[in-house]
Formats: sequence, structure tokens, C-alpha cells
Amino acid sequence: MARKSQKSANYLSARTIRRTAKENRRITRQFEQKLNRKHVAPSEYATTMKDPANVLEVEDLKTYFFTDAGTVKAVDGVSFTVPRGKTIGLVGESGCGKSVTSLSIMQLLQRPQGQIVSGAIRLTQDQGQAVDITQMPISAMEKIRGKDISMIFQEPMTSLNPVFKIGSQLDEVIGLHNPDMSREAVKERTIEMLELVSIANSRAVYDMYPHQLSGGMRQRVMIAIALACSPKVIIADEPTTALDVTIQAQILDILRRLKDQINSSIVLITHDLGVIAEMADEVVVMYAGRIVEKGTVEEIFKHPSHPYTLGLMASKPVVSRHVERLYSIPGNVPNPIEMPDYCYFRDRCDRAFAPCFGEYPPMISLSPTHKVACYCYQQSADTKE
Amino acid sequence: MRKYIVKRLLWSILILFFVSFLIYLLMRSLPSSYVETVARERAAANPQVSYKQWLERLNELYGLNVNPLQGFFIWLSQALRGHFGDSWYYGVPVTQKFGSVIWYSFALGAAALIFQVALAIPLGIQSARKQYSTLDYATTVFALIGISLPGFFFITILKMVFAVNLGWFDLNGIVGRMHDTYSPFRQFLDICQHMVLPTLNLVIIGTGSLLRYTRTNMLEVLNSDYIRTARAEGLSERRVINHHAFRNTLIPLVTIIGGTLPGLFSGALITETLFKIPGIGYTSYEAMLAGDIPFTMFYLTFMAILTLLGTLISDVLYAVVDPRVRVS
Ligand SMILES: Nc1ncnc2c1ncn2[C@@H]1O[C@H](COP(=O)(O)OP(=O)(O)OP(=O)(O)O)[C@@H](O)[C@H]1O
Ligand code: SF4
Ligand SMILES: [Mg+2]
Repeated sequence: MARKSQKSANYLSARTIRRTAKENRRITRQFEQKLNRKHVAPSEYATTMKDPANVLEVEDLKTYFFTDAGTVKAVDGVSFTVPRGKTIGLVGESGCGKSVTSLSIMQLLQRPQGQIVSGAIRLTQDQGQAVDITQMPISAMEKIRGKDISMIFQEPMTSLNPVFKIGSQLDEVIGLHNPDMSREAVKERTIEMLELVSIANSRAVYDMYPHQLSGGMRQRVMIAIALACSPKVIIADEPTTALDVTIQAQILDILRRLKDQINSSIVLITHDLGVIAEMADEVVVMYAGRIVEKGTVEEIFKHPSHPYTLGLMASKPVVSRHVERLYSIPGNVPNPIEMPDYCYFRDRCDRAFAPCFGEYPPMISLSPTHKVACYCYQQSADTKE
Repeated sequence: MRKYIVKRLLWSILILFFVSFLIYLLMRSLPSSYVETVARERAAANPQVSYKQWLERLNELYGLNVNPLQGFFIWLSQALRGHFGDSWYYGVPVTQKFGSVIWYSFALGAAALIFQVALAIPLGIQSARKQYSTLDYATTVFALIGISLPGFFFITILKMVFAVNLGWFDLNGIVGRMHDTYSPFRQFLDICQHMVLPTLNLVIIGTGSLLRYTRTNMLEVLNSDYIRTARAEGLSERRVINHHAFRNTLIPLVTIIGGTLPGLFSGALITETLFKIPGIGYTSYEAMLAGDIPFTMFYLTFMAILTLLGTLISDVLYAVVDPRVRVS
């Protein structure tokens, strides 16, 4: 008996895998059917923003991957808001669910295994209306991608289609979302976009293939594509990680300038606290699929509160800003398939005390904007009230 | 690019030289040669002249009284001038025999290729889009059966079902018994009808690998970052598949299919032989059995040229369809 349970802890029998796979298919089929519906009445996903000043509100988002080895709760109850014209920084170590959060917002998860299980993602529309992305079928989602919300990816080298010219790839997006524009007008707009992202010889680049451009140039093209239709929200998933340091600053500059020009908001995902300090208005710190701390830039950098944030700050490099893995907090993230029911950071936390052995800590407000999920702050919050 | 092609051509010539030399050596060292067979027959028919004497006479007649090295260069110098000699077995000039049979093979190969491509590409793309669906499993099983079981197995089954049991087609041959009495148009239809089963067999054994190849490629393309970008731009799923993904899958497919084009002239030896289709495959099979050196030399050298041409075509096509190769 003892041997059996020990064995099952780290070994999955073929039978278990088959059973999980079958169960997964059953679950994901339901999600898929909902996503693939055609002709869904817009009223079904219409909603209103909690706060009209926000362009994007993510509320208790849960995104799971139904894999053969078990269900990975990649994002498990994440809530944050993006006010108009602001930049939100999303930080956390590799695998904590930053990309999955952003892909959920775009509905670009790897399907069928990746599914939004519950929660709401509200995106503002014209005239005080809003849509809930989690309720939208793919066909409706296609209409807002690239137009209201767009994304810049981490890998500029592979994110452009290698067989089409830069110009035609940009033309395609602009033409798609502006069906009334003439071909010439579309082309003019493309050239203009290329100039906006500081590509000097824009007419020559128009006729080039992606492989003829450097990584930095390609990322500029990606930014041009993402911003071509003046989206309300731009999600930048580590836009500079793959680039070298001098190019990084230029790219971030372009992003910041254009964001103000078209008055959109940015969700900036990065490992790099330096970038966050420079670009973001608010910061969200994620750990193992959940938010452990959020607040304004001043709050997070002046009064980092969660032991994990403190660890991140401590391991922030001073000399060079170019780093892949920031921190060296001892220990590992718990197994994503069987998350424990206590503070996920406990096994690595040097401040763990008795309450930490209870259930997962609730969000505690340190100020109207500053929130942290850690028992250390329970008393101070209690006494304040 | 031109420089590259010229270089490749020069290499091909060198390879051809050695290939034809090897083939010649092999043909000369076959245990039972054409002249030996003929000499034995004649000696049996006419006991006055012994087998030895016949052999000597025939060797001289067919130019086999020189050593293989000399023989090869004699063949080569003739071949370079376009003289491939008379076929020993068929008794007509090699090129004439070739010209009269090649179009059967070409028609068979072309029909099979068209059906293979028309089946493999759409099915491959669909099964990649719906990975692990019923369609995907069905095509995988179909493809693997086609790839792994030998052609003659299907031929037997096809003949059994469609020729013996259903009686829709003749067992073999290229024309029916009444062919000569038909009008020219009926004669054409008659030939077409006799091509159905051989084509079907070639489609069964040839579609699988192209289908699997399309599927693998499409899966890779569909998981690539630029497809995610295309979706993020708001393009419809149909446009993402038919334009962005398809154009990328096409690169390896075009090169592969382009490379098989010369193969249309190489004939399908087993299929033609078992269906008795008088194409180049069947014709050269008979010639080889008989030890017909001029015909075999011509056919095998021709095959070597086709193979070299195939790789050259796919390399050139690669540069044509892939902009990354085109420029550099
Ligand atoms: N396609 C997938 N199938 C199964 N699990 C996945 C898949 N994609 C992501 N995950 C899981 O989701 C978790 C979060 O991944 P995510 O890509 O969001 O991390 P991240 O925070 O963006 O990390 P990085 O900084 O390395 O980009 C990972 O731990 C991984 O286990
Ligand atoms: S709740 Fe406890 S274990 Fe978790 S971070 Fe706070 S102190 Fe550490
Ligand atoms: Mg990521």
C-alpha cells in the first residue's frame, strides 16, 4: 500500500492518463462549442464597466490548461484594472502566468486544452458600453482583435510571416479594420505607421521581407501593426526581452510616445523591474498564477510589502538591465498541477509564521490602491479599521 | 543562382558518369546473359553448331568480345552522340521502343499524381486543423496502411474486388478484347478504363506520405508565432488558414512535388508489370529479365538523370517559393 501511493505520487499510469484525457475532452468540448458558436446575439456578451474610467477590467480570471498529466491552473483568480491612458506593469517570475493572462485577454490561448474557466474580462466600447471577452465566441472576438485591443509579442524574429512583405502585412491589418479605405490610402497609412515607429526608409522597408530586417526593426514593425488601428489597449508581452540593451530603450521610447499619441493604455509584461519603474503607472505582481501584490509604482517601489516582491527587489540587478532570470529567491514554485491550499510562497518565505499554515491569505488593503496577499499585514489592516 | 545551377549541373554529369559505369559493370556481370541464353537455344535447335561456337559468334555480333571497361567506353561514346543502339530483346532501336511506351507511363503517373495531390493536401490540412479528431485518426490510419503495405497487396485486392467479383474492369492489359473494333473515341475510353485500377493503386500507396507530410507541416506552421500574430491582428480563421498558414505550408510541398515531376517519366515498375500496362516500367522489366544491355543501360541512365533532375528542380523551386532563400 505504501509502495503504491509512493509510486503514484510521481508516476502516472497509462490508465490514469487515458482517464484524464477522456475527462479533459469532455470538459474542453463544452468550452469549444461555446467558443465556436456562430451568430451570437451581441447582447449575450454585453456588459458595463464597473468604473467608466477603466478601459479594461479583469475580474477573478481563471484560466486552466487541461493536460493529460492533470489540470494546470495557470491563472487562478486574477483581478486588475487598466485605467484609460495608463500603463500597467505585470511582473513575476517565469511561468507565473503573465503570458497566459494576456493570451486570455486576446482569446489566443492554445486550444483546446487552454480555456478560460471563469471570471470576466470587460473591455470598454463606444457610448459607455462594454463587452465581456470571456463570453464572446471566436467570431465576435475576431472583430475586436487588432482594432480595440492588440498585442506585441516577445519574439520579433518569428512573429512576422516570413513569406509576405512587411508592407502587405501592415496593409492587411489596416485594410481589414478600415474596409472603406482605398488601397492607396491604406498604403499611405502603412508608410505613415512605419515612419511613426521611427523606421527611416519606410518606402524601402515596405517592399522588404521580414528576414531582411534586424530584430529591433521587426519589433518596430510589430508595434506598427499593433498600433495601426489605434487600439484602446495594447498588450506588450516582454516586448524587449529578445533585443539588446540599446535597442530596448528605443523600443520602449517609441511605445511610450505612441501610446500618448493615440491615447491608449498598455499592459506591459516584463521580468525587468527597471522597465516597470520607467514605464508603468501601476504594478501587478504575480506569483504562481495569482496576484500577490498590486499598487501604484511609488507604492511598490517605495514600500514593497509582500515577501516575494521584496525578494524581487533585492535581486534587481544594478549594472545591466538585460537579464533573463531576475531573482535567486531560494526554492521553487509549487507543482502547478496540485497547488496546495496555503500561501503558495510559504515554502520559500523567510517570514512565514503560524497563520501561514492556514488557508491561502486574503487580499489585504494597505491603502486604497495598495493591496497585498500576505498574513504579515493582517494585524495592521485590522487595527487601522 | 545561375552559378549555383551550373555547379549543380556539372556535379550531376560527374555523378551520371559513375552511375552509368556501375550499371554497365553490373549488367556485364549478370550470371545469365542474353547471348548465353540465345546461344543455348540455338545450340539446342541446331546441334551442328555447338553452344561454344554460337557464343563466340554472338559475342562478336553484340560487341561483347571486349572487356567491360572497353565496352563501357564504346557505349558511352555512342550514347553521347545519341546512339543508344538497338534493343536486343525487342529488336528495334532503343529510343523508338522508349518513345512508343513512355506515354502510357506518363499518363498513369500524371493521373496518379493529380489525385494524390488533390487528396493529400486538403486532407492533410484538415487533419492538422482538427488534430486528434475522428478525421485525423481516420486519415492517419488510411495513410499508414497505404505507406506500409506493399503495392502488390493492394493490386491483388483491387483485382479481386473490382475485376473478379464486380467485373467492372479487366484483370490486366491496356486494351480490351474488342478494342480494334471500336471507334477512335471508344478506343480512348477503353484505355482510360484500363488505367483506372493501376491509377487507384498508385493513389493508395502514394497519397499517405504526402498527406502525413502536409499534416506535419501544417501543424508546425499553425503553432508558429506568426500565425498567432495573424490571429491577434483580427484576421478571420479562414484567412489565417487559407492565406497565412497555407502559403507557408506550400514551401516544402511545392519543393517535394516539384521534385517528383521527373519521376512521371520513370514508370511504375510493379504496378505496370502486374497490370500488364505496356509502359516504360513493364517494358524495361522485361528487358532486364532478358539481359538486354542497350535497353537497360538506356533506361537506368535515364532514371538517374530523372533523379538528379528531381533534386535540382526541388532546390530551384525552394528558392522560388521561399523569399528567405531567394535573396541570399
Ligand atoms: N500550452 C500549455 N499547456 C499546458 N500548460 C501551459 C501551456 N501554456 C502555459 N502553460 C502553463 O502556464 C503556466 C504559466 O505560463 P506563462 O507562459 O503564462 O508564464 P509567464 O509568466 O509568461 O512566463 P515567462 O516569463 O517565462 O514568459 C506555466 O507554468 C505552464 O505550466
Ligand atoms: S502569507 Fe506567510 S508565507 Fe505567505 S508570503 Fe506572507 S508571510 Fe510568507
Ligand atoms: Mg511569457
